[in-house]
Amino acid sequence: MDKREKIIEVENLVKRFGAFVANNNLTFDIYKGEIFGFLGANGAGKTTTIKILCGLLKPTSGKVRVAGVDINKHPEDVKKRIGYMCQFFSMYNDMTVKENFRFYGGIYGLNKKDISDRTNFYLDKLNMKSIENMLLKNIPLGWKQKLAFSVANLHHPDIIFLDEPTSGVDPITRRQFWEMIYEASDNGTTVFVTTHYMDEAEYCERVSIMSEGKIKALGRPRDLNINDVFLKIARNVE
Amino acid sequence: MWAFIKKEFYHIFRDYRTMIILFGMPLAQVFLFGFAITNDINNAHIAILDNSKDVVTREITRKLLSSHYFILDRYLKSNKEIKPAFRKGEIKEVVVFEKNFARKIKTEGKAHIQLILDASNPNTANLLNSYTKGIINTYMSQKLKLYGNLPLSIGVQSKMLYNKELKSVYMFVPGIITVILMLVSAMMTSISITREKELGTMEALLVSPVKPSIIIIGKVAPYVVLSFINLIVILLVSRFVFGMPVQGSVALLLGESLLFLFMALSLGILISTISKTQQQAMMLSMFALMLPTILLSGFIFPTENMPVVLQYLSNIMPAKWFIIIIKNIMLKGVGFIYFWKETLIIFLMTLLFVSLSIKKFSIRLK
Repeated sequence: MDKREKIIEVENLVKRFGAFVANNNLTFDIYKGEIFGFLGANGAGKTTTIKILCGLLKPTSGKVRVAGVDINKHPEDVKKRIGYMCQFFSMYNDMTVKENFRFYGGIYGLNKKDISDRTNFYLDKLNMKSIENMLLKNIPLGWKQKLAFSVANLHHPDIIFLDEPTSGVDPITRRQFWEMIYEASDNGTTVFVTTHYMDEAEYCERVSIMSEGKIKALGRPRDLNINDVFLKIARNVE
Repeated sequence: MWAFIKKEFYHIFRDYRTMIILFGMPLAQVFLFGFAITNDINNAHIAILDNSKDVVTREITRKLLSSHYFILDRYLKSNKEIKPAFRKGEIKEVVVFEKNFARKIKTEGKAHIQLILDASNPNTANLLNSYTKGIINTYMSQKLKLYGNLPLSIGVQSKMLYNKELKSVYMFVPGIITVILMLVSAMMTSISITREKELGTMEALLVSPVKPSIIIIGKVAPYVVLSFINLIVILLVSRFVFGMPVQGSVALLLGESLLFLFMALSLGILISTISKTQQQAMMLSMFALMLPTILLSGFIFPTENMPVVLQYLSNIMPAKWFIIIIKNIMLKGVGFIYFWKETLIIFLMTLLFVSLSIKKFSIRLK
């Protein structure tokens, strides 16, 4: 159905922690430039899947290719191609905005000129040039989220993983945040996002819903009727 | 790599609490141990009950008081006054001369001085006792030479090697260096690593292409530098404020300290792989590291006097071996051959901690 290039291919992925099966035989593909929503209750195994896709965890069995790289064979090569932003926005509070950008640019191996060019570019876009020398702890949470998203994009990754990026943020900022996500997607970046919010699921092109380590549903939000699926899963868990 | 080190310095310099622990605490400890918690006797108050009041007793009294150890609180008039004087708690010692002191010496070649001490603090009492005896003995042996015709008496002469004046600073400085290197290196690194875990930034670092080993080295390197600066400051303070010399090779001292530093750092990394939160890391390093280091390493209490079980326990304290090493270098001034065993022990401990934390770390990744 979709003729676009596959950027993430997952086939029969299993991850066990001792007797506990966190990911039970997952199979799904994600296409280039897609916004893919990854839904599920806490403990459903979402974070485990993200960690495997990012090369932080090794799968117990199954095939996983991210950006054309086999994650079992070359987990380190994947890391250059992806960006990652977790729910704690992963920036340093005791450093200024600019220092955070410089640091993350540095660890992704960008040269000085690229770092300062891209920093200026993103700060201009966010209208935050005036606060570039402020310590991050003095900046409101919503702003930090947007900055964190820019930082995760700094090295122009093929795929960006967002782990509940908008938890604890007001609705307006959330809206603005999603605009940034759309923009990134328009530029060809694939966005892999987990969320708790129903309405956000509607913003995604396709979503998968996980429960007890399995994918229970996968498809376009309007085809799935998310509310029903959610209710059904919730009952099953209970 | 450089970006990492710079980042870590930002963390350190912008957090005043870290700065206090890093630089305030070491200096405070040195001065505290150097000045306040001292075993030396200075200006102890004594009382004198002179039943003889002759030339010799006055001369001995003068000798005692002219040393800086004693201050005359009062003269007592009779035995009855001794107990009340102690009860008031101000005086630590009463020196009692028997009647006809000078005459007895001349005629019998022997006279008695009684020392009564307040032993509610046994250490002080012991020290005062030996100081007083020392002074009196010196005086008497000089006198005996003058009289010449008296029967020979055998005098025991003790000589205190390596620390002639029995200064407690000499004992404390090696201990403080050890404690501080341990504290700064192990505790601060474990806290700073777990802090990143708590903030979630550790994950961000791990998904980056930077190798885990580089992350750890980047985090640890600033503490190596700062601990080393601390070490040098402590050495300078103990040299110029407390007059503690370094008899042996300074280079060797710094080298051994560097080894100990790496041991402490690897221990800190190990702690950080075990603990999930900063509090946990702090508790672990405080109670599992600091207290045993202070109590069991021979820093304050000699390990030889401990129950056998504790003696064995003290053997697994890296600090114990390091204290032996630096005492050897600073006080005795001996060379590497005399403490290569201790050095080897610390080296092996470092290897053990490093391999344990690598193992822990990779388990986490699986």
